[in-house]
Amino acid sequence: MTQSFDFEVNGKQVSVAPASDDTPLLDVLRNTLGLMGTRFGCGLEQCGACTVLVDDKPEKACAKPAWSVAGKSVVTIEGLGTKEKPHPLQQAFLDEQAGQCGYCLSGIIVAAKALLDKNPSPARAEIAAALDGNICRCGSHNRILRAVEKAAAAMRAGGGR
Amino acid sequence: MNAPLPGPLKDNPRLDRWLAFPSPGKVTVLTGRVELGQGVLTAMAQIAADELDVSLARISVHSGDTAATPNEGYTAGSQSIQFGGVALRQACADARALFMVAAAAKLGCDARDLSVRDGAVLRNSKATGEDYWTLAPLVSLAVEATGAGTAKAVSEFSAIGASTARLDLPDKIFGEPTFIHDMRLPGMRHARVVRQPSLHATIAAVDEAAIRRAAKAPVDFVRTGNFLAILGDDETAVERAAVAALDAVRWANVEQPAASQQEATWLLQRPMLDIRFGAPEAPAAPGTERFEATYSRGYLAHASISPSCALALYKDGHLTVWTHCQGVFPLRGALARTLKLAPEQITVQHVQGSGCYGHNGADDAAADAAIIAIHTPGAPVRIRWRREEEFVYEPKTSAMLVKVHVQVGADGKPSDWTAEIWSGTHNGRPGSGANLLGAYALPDHPPDPPPHDVPEANGGGATRNAEPLYDIPRKRILQHLVTETPVRVSSLRGLGAMPNVFALECAVDELAARAGRDPVDYRLSITADPRARAVIEKVAAMAQWNAKAPAGTGVGRGIAFARYKNKAAYAAVVVELEAGDEIRLRHVWCAADAGLVVNPDGAVNQLEGGIIQSASWVLKEQVRFDNGVASFDWETYPVLKFSEVPEIEVELVNTRDPVPLGVGEATAGPTAAAIGNAVSHALGARIRDLPLTRERVMAALLRD
Repeated sequence: MTQSFDFEVNGKQVSVAPASDDTPLLDVLRNTLGLMGTRFGCGLEQCGACTVLVDDKPEKACAKPAWSVAGKSVVTIEGLGTKEKPHPLQQAFLDEQAGQCGYCLSGIIVAAKALLDKNPSPARAEIAAALDGNICRCGSHNRILRAVEKAAAAMRAGGGR
Repeated sequence: MNAPLPGPLKDNPRLDRWLAFPSPGKVTVLTGRVELGQGVLTAMAQIAADELDVSLARISVHSGDTAATPNEGYTAGSQSIQFGGVALRQACADARALFMVAAAAKLGCDARDLSVRDGAVLRNSKATGEDYWTLAPLVSLAVEATGAGTAKAVSEFSAIGASTARLDLPDKIFGEPTFIHDMRLPGMRHARVVRQPSLHATIAAVDEAAIRRAAKAPVDFVRTGNFLAILGDDETAVERAAVAALDAVRWANVEQPAASQQEATWLLQRPMLDIRFGAPEAPAAPGTERFEATYSRGYLAHASISPSCALALYKDGHLTVWTHCQGVFPLRGALARTLKLAPEQITVQHVQGSGCYGHNGADDAAADAAIIAIHTPGAPVRIRWRREEEFVYEPKTSAMLVKVHVQVGADGKPSDWTAEIWSGTHNGRPGSGANLLGAYALPDHPPDPPPHDVPEANGGGATRNAEPLYDIPRKRILQHLVTETPVRVSSLRGLGAMPNVFALECAVDELAARAGRDPVDYRLSITADPRARAVIEKVAAMAQWNAKAPAGTGVGRGIAFARYKNKAAYAAVVVELEAGDEIRLRHVWCAADAGLVVNPDGAVNQLEGGIIQSASWVLKEQVRFDNGVASFDWETYPVLKFSEVPEIEVELVNTRDPVPLGVGEATAGPTAAAIGNAVSHALGARIRDLPLTRERVMAALLRD
């Protein structure tokens, strides 16, 4: 057991003590904190299914040692919105029916949030480039790109947060 | 007269296997078809909503459970709506008829005066105070379907045909624990299997101490024969141990696929079974010319976004398995044969996984969990494959070589067509034996069935879509079923349809060029099928097809058409692309006729997905061998990225035809061929081998 450390997840302070110092952040989120929304895809930082925000930057949680977020702020898909009060991105993904199996969506929506927080009016090509680290195998890409554009417009119009 | 029962309803005639009214205001639809990311559960709910006249919100769908749902075999082959949906319609119509009889008796009226509005029974349009739930105690659904219920006519549908938001998507968009990977059971242990490097490899030595050291937390081992698994309470530790085991376990009798076996041409000189279909060989008529060309495609991976996962619990002599496989009943049979249990001792329940495009590692992971669970009675076991494990060990789709021999008449049209195919099987599913990876490591693996493929009459495996739909007087298929392949092969979306349509539709373009005809006009000149003509004409209009666009400019357009399996949906696709240093797709247009469409947006989503996945196969994908499977992650097996995806426009035609036609696999073949034809148009040179790599583009330019 390593020493315990604190970090913030979706606005809440947590204290964890992973079994070893190479325990990935993803395992702590899913297996210790029970936050299953962040998905395991490869464990190799290649597919983006595990994308979370660490201090507002998109990071892949699958191979990142959990201790590296000590004292930092982590946002996962669960931290964006709820069915009752969806984040504009989530609303846009629902509106566009942007997904098939949906396994990649948590990581994609979080990566899109990082983009829109930085660039509120991205061109289609900029959205695509920002999502190139996220794999969608079912082929929902165009719906996803449309959803991000739509969310950007909604956030510019005042629905943002 | 009663309606004839659709096949799945004939096989599962009891109505309580199809629907239930579990509590006031609620309807449960039971289906053997499972959610693979294709939206089938939503479509089934829409079908039941219309046939029962209840709102969609009242319906929940329970699927793929050997203890509860109908046995509909595999969710595969674009058959869910065409067959399973039609069966559900009739089951609901029969159930509704039983309720109307009960209501008429209770109300003392004629059943013909009754109707239903959102579950409430109306008499001559007036409320009666009765509904499905007040009547439920009077109506037993533990009876067999008779076909006595009259399913609605297309004009009476309201839910069917309306684009409907997917019922399963909100959970996924809000990060709910919806996937099998997210399932946790009390006392659950995590497990990884130390995979045999090849099917008959034997364990030579295990350095348990090294594995325990790497785990840095307590782990246990389960070993039987050459099956070795690691278990523990901490998933991270088990994963570390599994990685360490790659070096800490030595194997003997290892046989790895070699680089020389990677290409489809390797199949030519192998042991094979020859199977023939179609018209007998005929000598060339005088005045005909011969056209021959050979097309190929390498091995492909399913490459689902998540590695396979399963849970199992063996308790009090009963095994329960949770899996994201495509066929819970066939898996139950294969597990029973493997574990020497009676099928009644096993319950297999489907839980959603990531997108499934065919026989991937799901069944194997389920077998892993089951084998371990048998050795750890009372403790639930969760297995999750590693990414590399998925790529290396999932069943691949076979490489294929397709040689087209055509006799061309003086009018430039084909008069005799032979498709000669070399391929491994496209049916390695566990239902036909016990093709479960972990089972091969056991001391007494059940024998493999003799070599076989999906019969042509059932849509064909390697032969799927090899026969042109076009009006050609004589057509035949010569199938060379290669009985031993370098890696395990089985079903991937469309089976042989993608390489066969690629070959056939590229050949049609080559024939059009020989005849000096425009590819669209040429296709229309050899097909009288009005639905085929309609989608070809429609897509040409959508794309503003220009018959006179010059070839060899670096920008090209191509068209291709197929009717999936020659009996499901029709699809025509036009692709526009740039072919320079690399091929860049600009725009794809698609017109499809899937007959009656239950959820138009869902069908379009599937057609779009098929286009993108096929584009990825054609432009990027091939499993490489190099003393083992050398495509083991997303860098060694790249797929199409967001920045590489073209604009796509899809239009459905003829959506109110009374008969639904399976749609999920309809675009893969036509997209592949349209890309092939567009590349040829752009380069002024033909490439007949997939994938269309930069090396092949360069070689084609130098050759021609």
